[in-house]
Amino acid sequence: MDWVNSIVQGILLGGLYALFAAGLSLIFGVMRLVNIAHGDLIVLAAYLGLTTTIVLGLHPLAALMLVVPIMAAIGYTLQRGVLNQTLGEDILPPLLVTFGLSVIIQNALLETYSADPQKMNAGGLETASIDIAGLSLGVLPLLTFAVAIVVIAGLQWIFYRTALGRAFRAVSDNQDIAQLMGLNKRHIFGLAMALSLAVTAIAGVFLGIRTSFDPSIGGGRLIFGFEAVIIGGLGNLWGTLAGGVILGVAQTVGAKINPGWQLLAGHLVFLTILAFRPNGLFPKVDG
Amino acid sequence: MTNHNWQIIRSTNASKAAAILGAIIVLILIAAPLWAGRGDLRLIGELLLYLSLASLWNLMAGYAGLVSVGQQAYVGFGGYILFALTIFGGLHPLLAIAIAGLLAAAISIPVAALIFRLRGAYFAIGTWVVAEVFRLVFAQVSALGGGSGSSLPVAIVKSIAANRSGREALSYWLALGSAIAVVTFIYVFLRSKRGLALTAIRDNELAASSLGIDIWRTKFFVYVVVSALTAIIGALIFLQKLRISPDAAFSVNDWTAFVIFIVVIGGIGTIEGPIIGTLLFFVLRETLADLGTIYLLVLGFIAIVIMLKAPKGIWGLIKDRFDLQLFPVNYRVRRSTHFEGS
Repeated sequence: MDWVNSIVQGILLGGLYALFAAGLSLIFGVMRLVNIAHGDLIVLAAYLGLTTTIVLGLHPLAALMLVVPIMAAIGYTLQRGVLNQTLGEDILPPLLVTFGLSVIIQNALLETYSADPQKMNAGGLETASIDIAGLSLGVLPLLTFAVAIVVIAGLQWIFYRTALGRAFRAVSDNQDIAQLMGLNKRHIFGLAMALSLAVTAIAGVFLGIRTSFDPSIGGGRLIFGFEAVIIGGLGNLWGTLAGGVILGVAQTVGAKINPGWQLLAGHLVFLTILAFRPNGLFPKVDG
Repeated sequence: MTNHNWQIIRSTNASKAAAILGAIIVLILIAAPLWAGRGDLRLIGELLLYLSLASLWNLMAGYAGLVSVGQQAYVGFGGYILFALTIFGGLHPLLAIAIAGLLAAAISIPVAALIFRLRGAYFAIGTWVVAEVFRLVFAQVSALGGGSGSSLPVAIVKSIAANRSGREALSYWLALGSAIAVVTFIYVFLRSKRGLALTAIRDNELAASSLGIDIWRTKFFVYVVVSALTAIIGALIFLQKLRISPDAAFSVNDWTAFVIFIVVIGGIGTIEGPIIGTLLFFVLRETLADLGTIYLLVLGFIAIVIMLKAPKGIWGLIKDRFDLQLFPVNYRVRRSTHFEGS
């Protein structure tokens, strides 16, 4: 039963990883951009959530009402102000610019909030649990998983059922022709980054409720998101959820065998999948 | 009527002058233990090690297009192998450093086979995952101090040289020797046939492959050689520090972020760039380091501005303005000066 418990906890943890990954997957799909600062933006969202809850006395989930639009605005500004200038054939500029951004965000957070670990207080939600079939499941992990499903379904709906999604797919297929058809690709990319960081905001707040965080943990979150994306297959949003779940299960099962192996087990499963299925389990677009 | 004669040349007057100046600087640096204080010697040694790391990263990212954010994997690996071989194998540190390079080459082969499946930016994050795996594995080895690390025992430290100043001079000369060796290797390599293939890949991968260059193999060769040399530099770094821990050995900030700044600011894809970048980095560090995190903010900001406004870095600006090349790796076509009457 212990093992079943570990696996179930891992599946639920996968929901959080899918939230880390969804934003990364989205912008890669639209503009082939890999944002090295993605993890630091997740941590930034967690700190924004923390400040909102402290200053306004809001519940962390209510803080989402503010954090999501703020992060979306940051995303649009960042894309139009900086990142659009880096897009082109050469992969070096976007990579190095987002790497520089990562260092800036990390140190700005360090300067503002210090290196002390912080945590958001979500009251009873943190400890509440329900018993299902002999397993005691935390309400927060269940909620995170449900939110991940809703977010991914929402992104899927935007992509395939709305005019915005059509614009996303058009610039993804061929930027120049999309431009000729009257789309402003700079604006579309701005909106894609805004959407990506809106998802990041949700990921950051759930991260901040679940565990303590400090300015240095962004890199690790980027890696988890990245592994979920690659395991699931590039450009496949539901695959990303599956990737998150596989990573989460690998980590909790690894931790069950030996507490020191939690992260290692996740990385090894990722590398194994890379060795045997280099395009991920459910590939969709060509990187 | 004049009959134009065209000449193909490599070295220029500027490059010859640079070679002479370089030789003089090297001689002055060799004598540094005589004229520099203990602190200065240490600083120059650190600068030279960073120069090596930056030149190696530049060879991978600037020429082979392999942008890695995981070179700390090999820095830490080299350091740990040095500690393991000297403490448990009883080897002399210098031998251990050489073996660390060979072992790193051996381990980089399966790593390359795996992460070369990832392209572009995903390759970058893949290298980071590998570095994390290295860090977590070494943190599990309790004989090497696990997560808290260990120090080099006194007996081994004394085996390097009898007294402290002798040891510091030796460790400095090793840093100097490795920096010269790395820069010379890159220079000679880029002038070779394989180097020409690499430069072709840098300029246009598609065109290079249609000319029959085996891109995968060329990149693979660069990755393995750079990994081995990076591990040797890593071993030298921790020979200087005398203490190792997983967080210090596999630090993404120290061994990758700073190195990337150096190369980007100096000028990526040139031999001169990392040299200028390293000098500038240390000037900035020595003047701004008291500011702590602000210093890193400034560094990140400078790197972004350079990447956006002058993606070829400082050396790129100088090179374009004055048509200079201090390390002549390219061929130039020049009209010869003598005329032939008819």
